[in-house]
This record gives sequence, C-alpha cells and structure tokens, in this order.
Amino acid sequence: MDGALIMIQVLNGLQLGVLLFLLAAGLTLVFGIMDFINLAHGAFYMLGAFICATLALWLDSFLLAVLLAVPITFGIGVVVELGIARQLYQADHLEQILATFGLILIADTLVQMIWGPEGLTFALPEILNGQVRLFRDVDFPVYRILIISVGLLVALALYLVVSHTRIGMLIRAGASNRRMVEALGVDIRMLFTLVFAAGAAMAGLAGLMIAPITEASIGMGNEILIVAFVVIVIGGIGSVQGAFFGAILVGLIDTLGRSFLDDLLGLFLSHQAAETSAPAISAMLIYILMAVILTFRPKGLFGPRTS
Amino acid sequence: MTKRGWWFAGVMVLGALLLPFWAEYAREPFVLDVIIRLMILAIAASSLNLILGYSGMVSLGHAVFIGIGAYAVGIPAYYDLNNGWLQLAVALGVSGLFGLLTGLICLRTRGAYFIMITLAFAQMMYFIFVSIEEYGGDDGLVIYARSEMGLGVDLNDNNQLYFLVLICLLAVMILVHRLTRSDFGQVIKSIKINEVRMQALGYSTFRYRLVCYVISAMICGLAGWLLGNFTGFISPEMMDWTRSGELIAMVLLGGAATVVGPLLGASIFIGVETLLPEVTLYWHLYLGILLIIVAKFGRGGLLGWWTQWLRGTRS
Repeated sequence: MDGALIMIQVLNGLQLGVLLFLLAAGLTLVFGIMDFINLAHGAFYMLGAFICATLALWLDSFLLAVLLAVPITFGIGVVVELGIARQLYQADHLEQILATFGLILIADTLVQMIWGPEGLTFALPEILNGQVRLFRDVDFPVYRILIISVGLLVALALYLVVSHTRIGMLIRAGASNRRMVEALGVDIRMLFTLVFAAGAAMAGLAGLMIAPITEASIGMGNEILIVAFVVIVIGGIGSVQGAFFGAILVGLIDTLGRSFLDDLLGLFLSHQAAETSAPAISAMLIYILMAVILTFRPKGLFGPRTS
Repeated sequence: MTKRGWWFAGVMVLGALLLPFWAEYAREPFVLDVIIRLMILAIAASSLNLILGYSGMVSLGHAVFIGIGAYAVGIPAYYDLNNGWLQLAVALGVSGLFGLLTGLICLRTRGAYFIMITLAFAQMMYFIFVSIEEYGGDDGLVIYARSEMGLGVDLNDNNQLYFLVLICLLAVMILVHRLTRSDFGQVIKSIKINEVRMQALGYSTFRYRLVCYVISAMICGLAGWLLGNFTGFISPEMMDWTRSGELIAMVLLGGAATVVGPLLGASIFIGVETLLPEVTLYWHLYLGILLIIVAKFGRGGLLGWWTQWLRGTRS
C-alpha cells in the first residue's frame, strides 16, 4: 500500500460518490416531497447516457451534446411526471413499485427499439483524454477530475437553491408538510413537476458523464439505482445534505474496500484467506454500513428527528 | 371456498395430473417445462404473498431466497454431494437463517425503509455470489446432477420432477390456506390493519411478523431448490432485484392476500413470457404497460376483477 495508490483510489471513490449523489438527490427529493418510490429513476441515468452518446456522434462535439442532453432529459422528466408519475403520488408504495417497475421495462425496451441491443460508446475529445499530474508521481485522468468537479458544483448549486431561494424554501416546506404548503396557496403540482424533472436531469447528467468511461448500455441504471437507494436510506429520506454525505461515504467505502481490504485483512489473516474473503466482504461493506446506521438511527443520518 | 370453487380446484388438479401423459402423447415436452417453471414461480410468489399480501410487508428482495435455495443445490453438487435431502435441508435451513438474521434488522423499520432494506440485503447476497469465483462468480455454475432423493425417485426424469413440483405447490397452497385461517394468520392479518392496536391487546407483533417472514423465506428457499434442480444452472442473476420485482408483479397481477392469486399471477406472467416473444421482439414493452394498468386500476388483481364481476352479474 503506498500513498499514491491511496490517493488515486480516494479520488475514484469521490468520483463514484458524486455520481451517486446526482442520482440520489433526485430520488430523495421525489421520495421526501411526493412520497413516491421511483424505481424507474435509473432510466433517466440510462437515457442521459444514450442521448448524449447519440448527440456526440452526430454533432461531433461532446460539450454541445452535454449541453443539449441535460435539457432533453429534463423534458423527458416533465413528460413522465405529467403523464404517469403524477397519478401515482396518492397510491400506496406497493402500487408505485409495480408501476415504476413497469416503467423500467418500458424504458429498457424503448431504448432497445431505438438504439438496438448493443451498447453505445463514443470517444472523449482530445483535451479530456489526458492525465494530469496531481502530485510528484501521481497521475490522474483529467476527465475523472472533471466529473468530480461537476458533481461538486451541482451539489453546491443544489444546496444554494434548496436553502437560500424561495423555491428551495417551498421544497423544504413541501418535504416536511405538504398539506400545509398547499393550504398556503402554493401551486404544489407545478413544484412537483419541477422537482421531478430536475431529479431526472441530474440523473441524466450522471449517466452521460459515466458513458464515455463505461458505455451507454441497456439497464445500466438498474444496478447503480439500488446503491443510490442505500445512499438515501443512510442519509435519511428527503434530505439533500444526507444524500450528499451518504453518497460520498458510500462511494469512498465501496471503492477503498474493493482495493485495500485484502491488504488490510492480510494483517490478521493468512494471505490465502484474505485473498479469498476480501472480495465478498468488500461487496458487503456498504450494506453492513447501512444496517449499522439503521440500527442506531432508523431514519438515517440526516432524517427527521421525530417520526 | 364455495362449492364451485372446490369443483374448479378439483378439475385443475386432475388436469395437472394428466398433463405429463398428454405431453408425452402429443410429443410436446416443452409444455411440461413451461408448466414446471410456472409452478415453481407460483410457489415463490405464494411465499411472497404470505408477507406482502397477508401481513403488509412489502419486500423487494424476495428473490434472494430463490437464489439461496438454488445455490443449496449447486454448491453441494459442485463437491459431488448429490443427496437431495441434504440439499433440501441446507436450502430450507440457510434461507430460514438468512430470513431470521435480516428479518431482525428489516422488521425494525417500516414502510419505504423496509422496502429499501430488503432490497439492499438481497443485493448484498447478489454481489457476494458475484464475487465468489470458486462458484462461477458472475458466470454462474452448471449443476451436472439433479438431487438424488432415493426411494426409487429419479428427478432426471422430467415427469417425476414435474410431480414433485406439483406436490410441493399443492402443499404450499394448502399450508398458506391453513396458516392464514389459523389464529396465527388472524394475528398477522390484524397487524397489517392496525399494529398499534394489536400491541395494545398484548401481542408481540414483532415476533409474529418475524415468524411469518422466516416461514415465507423458507418456502421461497424450497422454490429455489426446485428451480436449481429444474434449470441445472445457477447464477447470481436469479436473485437480481428485477427478479424480486417480477415476483411482486405476479402477486399483484393475480391478487394479493388470496391463496390462488399467486398461481394465477405466475400463470399470466409465464403466459406473457412464453407467448408474446413469438409475436414481437419487444414484448417487455407490453408487460410494462400491463403492470402500469394493474397498478392504476387493478386493486385486487385479476382475482379481484373476477369476484367484482361475479358480484356485478349477480346483483
């Protein structure tokens, strides 16, 4: 274990963390304010990636593709909210699960119809392809630094909006007492549409940022969505701050666990035992973390104090 | 059940008993495979129905017990331990134990948190099996020998496997029927309606829910044991959360909190999965639309519509 490797893995963990945050922020707001469990939130992640990849190939410009793809996913979010999600806010969680599970099937199939069963890859522009020297002998890809910076900027912007603007005030008020906000004459339906679509756009942004590294593929949102759920359960449903700290925590623990657990276990166990048990245990780490946190704080770290 | 209901059940069982002979006569072994899969999924859906339908615990990770049951066939078989009773004991024991341990944590939470936590634990097992290279990891494990049951039973004969699955399904449905009409079942159903009241009446609701959860886990482990034998191939994909979502869909399609609902739901599901791909490559689209329609209009699932329709025609 050397310092350079640790630093690189911390950065990788941060990268996973900000991606998780972009997904979890929308999820936790929609969940907290509309009491709506959206299993199909990962579909926006996938759509963001596919739309951006297509635009990047057409326009031959990554920047332009990103600038167009985010508003497009926002628009899709508006359509889905008005067409389907809105009808489900009053339904119980079971029905929401069934319907949004159906939505996943629809989204995955539509993507397959439009883009075919294969994934979609595209190259980054030359400028983003290089490495940057962070430290004496620590190189790190420029693009990953960009992902982290964009994620942190969005987090900062979201924090400012939620805690320092009128609309943010309404969002927080809606999260703690929806009826009261309605009674005060706020057009809550409009607010819901806005929050839902903003969540979709952030998920889309996360998807399109990861697409050049992995690829845009069908069902790519379904795996990471579950981790995003873990994040919001750890952070406390409805709390953007909770989503942020939960996401960074989960990102770091997952990444560092996968890379260093075998060395760490090697201090106590035989080399062989450490080699074989480390992958399984590191896969469990974030879930163990969640179980422990819920045992002591059943509403998550930043959840409401009173039930 | 009504008299007509018993007649209907009798005819169904008779039909199920005769099916293998028809399949052999008509040279349609594929039909038998489809029905075996259908019945196994019906067992799994019945077990989910026990906690989701009757006691209101929405688990989004139930497929994990299918996976545990299936690996209870695959891992011993990997070491040439093909004794079916041993494998069955492992399947029931481990799924029960996993249900107990996770239940102790999950059942402390309510509502959305419960959904998320069951989901997370299932996903944890999924990733554990993905990471164990010895048992195939992501690629899964081929089971070369089906369970050896002794007693002159040979599960390599698809007909005999069919009858075993049929017996298990009937036993599970009878168990669910008896259980939900017992004192225990009354308590469980009452907890769903008003837990605080049941606590005030002196019931340890946590313990009742935990027992119900463990029973459900073990029944689902049984389904996994059968599925492992049937498919001869196991992989972590069996416990992916989308499999759990499909189980929920089956229960709700058929009709939650009914004995026959899960079987009906599994039939619809298998029917869609078998027939639609022949018509269109994009059959998932229609399944998705069906699920949204059921979620929006389908209180009580197909069975609910049916009884409503019956009531409507009578009055």
